[in-house]
Amino acid sequence: MASMANVLGLIFANMHEQLLPELTKTRAMASVPFGCKYRLVDFPLSSMVNSGITQVGIITKQNYYSLMTHLGMGSEWDLARKTGGLHILPPYGREGTGIYRGRLEALAGAYQFINESSADYVVMADANVVANMDLKPIVEFHEKQNADITCVYGNVVYPVERAQAQTVIEVDENNAVYDVLARPTMSGEMNVMMNIYVMKRTFLEELIRESECRSLYSFETDILQHKLKDYKVMGYKYEGYFEIIDSMKTYYKATMDMMDRAVSKEVFNLAVPIYTKVHDVAPAKYGIDCSVKSSIIADGCIIDGVVENSVLFRGVKIGKGAVVKNSIVMAGTVIEEKASFIDAIADKDVTVTKNRVITGSVDFPVYINKGGVV
Amino acid sequence: MNHIKKECVAMLLAGGQGSRLYALTQEMAKPAVPYGGKYRIIDFPLSNCVNSGIDTVGVLTQYQPLVLNEYIGNGQPWGLDRAHGGVHVLPPYETAAGKAWYSGTANAIYQNIGFVDRYDPDYVVILSGDHIYKMDYSKMVDFHKEHNADATIAVLEVPWEEAPRFGIMTADENGIITEFAEKPKEPKSNLASMGIYVFSWQKLRKYLIENEQDEGATKDFGKNIIPAMLNNNEKMVAYHFDGYWKDVGTIDSLWEANMDVLDPNVPLDLLDDSWKIYSRNPVMPPHFAGPQSRIENSMIAEGCEVNGMIDFSVLFAGVTVEEGAIVRDSIVMPNTVIKKGAVIEYAIVGENCVIGEDAHIGERPELIENKDEWGVAVVGHNVKVSDKAVAPPKAMISKDI
Repeated sequence: MASMANVLGLIFANMHEQLLPELTKTRAMASVPFGCKYRLVDFPLSSMVNSGITQVGIITKQNYYSLMTHLGMGSEWDLARKTGGLHILPPYGREGTGIYRGRLEALAGAYQFINESSADYVVMADANVVANMDLKPIVEFHEKQNADITCVYGNVVYPVERAQAQTVIEVDENNAVYDVLARPTMSGEMNVMMNIYVMKRTFLEELIRESECRSLYSFETDILQHKLKDYKVMGYKYEGYFEIIDSMKTYYKATMDMMDRAVSKEVFNLAVPIYTKVHDVAPAKYGIDCSVKSSIIADGCIIDGVVENSVLFRGVKIGKGAVVKNSIVMAGTVIEEKASFIDAIADKDVTVTKNRVITGSVDFPVYINKGGVV
Repeated sequence: MNHIKKECVAMLLAGGQGSRLYALTQEMAKPAVPYGGKYRIIDFPLSNCVNSGIDTVGVLTQYQPLVLNEYIGNGQPWGLDRAHGGVHVLPPYETAAGKAWYSGTANAIYQNIGFVDRYDPDYVVILSGDHIYKMDYSKMVDFHKEHNADATIAVLEVPWEEAPRFGIMTADENGIITEFAEKPKEPKSNLASMGIYVFSWQKLRKYLIENEQDEGATKDFGKNIIPAMLNNNEKMVAYHFDGYWKDVGTIDSLWEANMDVLDPNVPLDLLDDSWKIYSRNPVMPPHFAGPQSRIENSMIAEGCEVNGMIDFSVLFAGVTVEEGAIVRDSIVMPNTVIKKGAVIEYAIVGENCVIGEDAHIGERPELIENKDEWGVAVVGHNVKVSDKAVAPPKAMISKDI
């Protein structure tokens, strides 16, 4: 069986940003804050590291400053290494490449990095899937099946609006993929693509070279749909918890899922932890007459009000008499005295001023942009 | 290897047993004892070094070094994983002449003259791993330079009645130290030595070697080096410090120092971005306050899961408090589990303990008639307390009960 040290990880930092325009306005999808102290990239990156992968490239396109400061040298993921380790791959990294239109062009920009690796296999993932995954069985499956491409999917029940944001596949009894539907109008039970793929490195390199000279740029359309018959494309069903962040609503739902102790224990399994950047702030402080129930709270918070069923990121301040319910409050935000913040999402460094009442609904949470004062 | 000259090197004495912390230092050296929800005591001097621009630190270890060594690691959490300098753990070692433990604070530095010499420093800062404080050592070094001193000793004004517990300096109007008395019964001053020294390295080096040749000497800074330098009229000045400084050498002082982080009137701001205290952060998710939780006046670290009642307490990372359990006026160290219905009052519970259902640790002082019988109860690290077990005030539990 393949040693995971022989696998190269690739993460696409900017895919699907059009589905989450508010949260990705000032940052890459990969650096969207999630779950009190994490950024979305932490999930695929930690999954790769915990699976034994020691060389990872992060393919970026735009808005990647916050991602770079988050990742640093990769030491928090144990990827600050003499050989292998973490590499950020911005666009224009190679002559003749630039801002990519699709996954194949993005890979063409990273061709040199892939080519210089001595890995046998490549695992590619997007940043918008919240899951703590063991990738080893997937690589082993790929090897055993002698597949050209292995796609990881999950069996879900989705409404139409979610299916229309996703790729849905059909697999036969031998796990072979026989149909690939892009953004279908359908609902109910379906096999949704998690956009995690395994390929042999040499196969991927050939695919990139060939696509480049034929001006193909979409992996989903040009390869998985148009060339499905030419390759052995297998489906690997992932059985664990996962959520694809494809809208503000699913972002909110996935966050609230973390309040479910069973989900939280699976995603934040201490034996295979999700790593993130360390900020060295003191633990959260609870004041006199505060009340906090069913909430997850990061370090550095100062709570003097009422917090229920909410997620407070690092350094959030909740003033005296303030009420926060069913909400997501990102780092550095201040909810001043006697303000109410219900069914809402505050991006970083927001100020909700004294006595102000902000109320959304669970289906359509109010969103306040980074640095906003309301 | 090429060594780049450093103006200043810090030597941190971290080999002490901290015997007055009893059960809490059975398995770890005192500087490794947890403090303030996510720190260990050594984070304070280490962070002070980094924030003061000192990037070369020798940490002298001897007693129970495993936890401390692992914690310091390569120094990355403090930014001390440096190509030149950085943090170095310095245990005692064997030489061709034989083997020797560190027999005193001065001897420990003496045995590492070779380490310091490699950086050819002008000044050496001597620190201990026993205190909670924020201090800019660079200002003290500047003070040392301005006064053209041979030794500078940081001092703090303490209440006169407490002076007999400290090393007391008497200084003239120019701040020149004229007298030093270790724990004097009748103190002549209330300037207590904080155990923080700046020496001109060549001068200290000479005194360390001389002290080593004196067979009767205890090889200690307070008992030998400082008095010897005073006797020889070396220029020694007192550097006044007036910030928060707390010795955490006893159970009571450790408990009080932890409670200080909850007190808004205590000038120790752990959230001050301009003087961060760095630590090796546990890799844990944020803490979860459950549907049954009632938390007030407390500090809760990441990885905790609280379903009980917490008041005036500090919970370190990964602590679980089950439904109906009560933690009041107490300190609970990392990864301890407090089962249903257990009550913890005026207590320090060590790392990785399990407190059984309905067990009762400690007691409120107002419920004890004879105040001499009251004190903070302590459960040492890795101890299991069985269901319904009772640990009275002042208890010192280092084995399962």
